[in-house]
Amino acid sequence: MSLLLACLRREWLISIRRPSELVNAWFFFVVVVSLFPLAIAPREETLQSMASGVLWVAALLAVLLSIESLFRDDEASGVLEQLLVAPQEMIWVVLAKLSVHWLLIGFPLVLVSPVLAYMLQLPPEILPAVAYSLALGTPSLVIIGAIGAALTVGLQRGGVLLALLILPLYVPVLIFGAGAIQRAMAGDDISGVLAVLGAILALTLSVGPWAIVQGLKISTGD
Amino acid sequence: MIEVQAQNLFCERDAKVLFDGLNFCARGGEIWQVVGPNGAGKTTLLRIIAGLFQFYEGELGWKGIERGANSPLLYLGHRAGLREELTAIENLSWLAALHDQSQENIPLALEAVGLAGYDTVAVADMSAGQKRRVALARLWLPGKQVWILDEPFTALDKDGVALIEQRLREFAQEGGLVIYTSHHKVDATSEQIMLGTFKEQKQ
Repeated sequence: MSLLLACLRREWLISIRRPSELVNAWFFFVVVVSLFPLAIAPREETLQSMASGVLWVAALLAVLLSIESLFRDDEASGVLEQLLVAPQEMIWVVLAKLSVHWLLIGFPLVLVSPVLAYMLQLPPEILPAVAYSLALGTPSLVIIGAIGAALTVGLQRGGVLLALLILPLYVPVLIFGAGAIQRAMAGDDISGVLAVLGAILALTLSVGPWAIVQGLKISTGD
Repeated sequence: MIEVQAQNLFCERDAKVLFDGLNFCARGGEIWQVVGPNGAGKTTLLRIIAGLFQFYEGELGWKGIERGANSPLLYLGHRAGLREELTAIENLSWLAALHDQSQENIPLALEAVGLAGYDTVAVADMSAGQKRRVALARLWLPGKQVWILDEPFTALDKDGVALIEQRLREFAQEGGLVIYTSHHKVDATSEQIMLGTFKEQKQ
């Protein structure tokens, strides 16, 4: 338990001392979403019809951008080797990394999403659905992405391979996430779609961390 | 009594045989130096002993210690395992937590390597020698019985080298086992594993 706390503290310190990586992801999300109305005619019905897709694709790519560096510096500085020889289970370190990463990348996207959704002319009563779907979907994106990052960490320029590996796994999250907003706009009940997103999260959360540990062992243990 | 015994170790990398039929038996209280020219497989051998490299043949057996739950093994590679964003204390306290070592010895360890008063300096702002000293401060944290050190003297000044040599000898006297690579002999009595001579013998 004290190890988990030590890991959380460490990840937090490392992340906030390198604010550029955090700001990159937030900036990407906000800028991509705000450029769409400028490029496409800012008519209410056009914006409304594409809002769910734009928000979700931008959030997905923002997470994908940030996830590549999740283990990169730990590998380069030899920290991953220390993890492999350490007597403690790596799972705590991985859980701490995932939590802090979501808190600093995923959660800010959730917080800012209602504002951006309003900018895309979504009616105010839809805004909670936007935040709920992102709140349930982005943790899954982080965990799935981290599996790919763990597998490609030993490779030089593994970025494209990482995208190829995990984009297919992102598709279900994207479909149900954007689907939740579309259903809310059609006036339907979204609890079913949110439940599916929750189920995906439960699945990734129960299997993902172990897959990440194995991936790191394969990548570092040559 | 700790003992690590290697029998008929064989390792091949990039179609080059690094060693074949390598035997040694290292016991607690001894200092072992792995010597050989660059590319002879010194680091690979240390990674095999530390359990980081699995592609070898032959037997490597440990006695007197249990691998796993309470691994009494300290491995310092040439990548030091320190994050540049963190200070020396933050780095060491996380590593100590990872190795179930007590936090209270960290200030003493930093003092021992001459880094007292660097509490607020990030590792990124330190010189190469100071970074090495931060990594080597872990030699002053108790709880380990086997030290596997890859080029521990790199970037250290003369005093630093003498300090680490002194620490290695103390540790061996307390019954610990040191296995290290360097071109530098710590002790006249230290044992040697010669690598890179295998190919010449065959020719």
